[in-house]
Amino acid sequence: MRKTFENEIQKLKDDILSLGSMVEKAILDSVDSLKHRDIPRSQKIYDNDEVINQKRFEIERAVMIAIATQQPMAHDLRLLASLLDVAGELERMGDYAKGIAKINIVMGEQELLKPLVDLPRMAEKTADMLHRALTAFIEEDVEMAKAIPDEDDEIDALYTQIYRELITYVIADPTAIERSNWLLWAAHNLERVGDRVTNICERTIFIATGEMEEVDSSDDEMKI
Amino acid sequence: MTENKITYAIEAADLNLYYGETLAVRDIDMQIEKQKITAMIGPSGCGKSTVLRAFNRMNDLIPSAHATGSVLYHGKDIYDEDVDPVEVRRRIGMVFQKPNPFPKSIFDNVAWGAQINGYQGNMDELVEESLRDAALWDEVKDKLDKSGLSLSGGQQQRLCIARTIAVKPDIILMDEPASALDPIATLKIEDLMHELAKEFTIIVVTHNMQQAARVSDFTAFFNLGEDHAGVLEEYDVTSNIFTNPKKKTTEDYITGRFG
Repeated sequence: MRKTFENEIQKLKDDILSLGSMVEKAILDSVDSLKHRDIPRSQKIYDNDEVINQKRFEIERAVMIAIATQQPMAHDLRLLASLLDVAGELERMGDYAKGIAKINIVMGEQELLKPLVDLPRMAEKTADMLHRALTAFIEEDVEMAKAIPDEDDEIDALYTQIYRELITYVIADPTAIERSNWLLWAAHNLERVGDRVTNICERTIFIATGEMEEVDSSDDEMKI
Repeated sequence: MTENKITYAIEAADLNLYYGETLAVRDIDMQIEKQKITAMIGPSGCGKSTVLRAFNRMNDLIPSAHATGSVLYHGKDIYDEDVDPVEVRRRIGMVFQKPNPFPKSIFDNVAWGAQINGYQGNMDELVEESLRDAALWDEVKDKLDKSGLSLSGGQQQRLCIARTIAVKPDIILMDEPASALDPIATLKIEDLMHELAKEFTIIVVTHNMQQAARVSDFTAFFNLGEDHAGVLEEYDVTSNIFTNPKKKTTEDYITGRFG
């Protein structure tokens, strides 16, 4: 009975990693498509969000079946509850990538306000943090999970920087408001991804220690 | 509640239990809270039933069994020489694994204990009240003269509970009270335990971990020590035991890695 259960847990961990890599790719691709104004590619990311959503439901179903049939306790119970939670976090991160794809689509023929530099950096940073947070989650590496949220400061700093820069464009040319807002929304979506990475790290600590604690992730708000 | 105001329903101190020369259970220190449900879990042979039976001197009935240490009940060691074990068992009742009604009518099953204790009150009222408290009244009120053995397994077990509470104990010991019952009868017993805990202190031995998790306020995990004597490995609030036990052995047992 335990062996069947171990196999189910391993399968769920694999599924979470596969969902995680889908989301990671969606985040990077959505910003890259925006950078290159590649609308057909953004449309693909937009449509592919449905696959991410389905994968999340698939994981949820499998977790619920495992809870119902195996009646997990202690560490097993914490892991399964956390898998439900993390699947939800990842699905929402997928929505943020979808949101960035949508921005590129609605921009249509309009040019970017400026060439993108910080936004791709922000995307790479968040995707990298997500990747490591999921590694820590699967390996239950508490030290690693505790270290990652501090890096959210870098994402917040980039967000603040983008905001300030965009303000200068708007002051110089008020007709740039709409194009500025699009980029700010994209940056905001990435900032939200960073916060959700912190949530995954909290779950990792919870699985390993049983302690539900909020990791001191820097401010959620931008510093203006 | 301040520390010094807590008085326990029953308290084992340095309790060692032997069968002949064999030490079956070692060094039990355990305080049972009043009007709570305490579950005792652990692998077969770890001594949990032996400890349960020590709480009302039921082990006295096994010729080779003896105990050292103390079991304090209302500040008195129930193993003191001047204590009458029959009186102990009246105050600390027991419900067994297999329902064991007497081959008598339902009414007599419930009334029997009170009768031999010289109960002077209204027996009809006592029987009804006990059967109501055992959540059995509605099912048997029209056939009180029928044999207790004519009832279903789940009903027989509730009849045994009614018989136990009819003599007004403080504490009810239950040794796997639902293991011979189907899932629906089991849930009825568990609901009943919650009701009974408003009035009585309940200590239950169970092999069913989910039952311990569902029904109890506190859980005691017993295990076999290196010398093959049972020991109390971990004792805590039930939610802690089942979500975040402190000891690895507890974790291994409740997650099915051994036992």
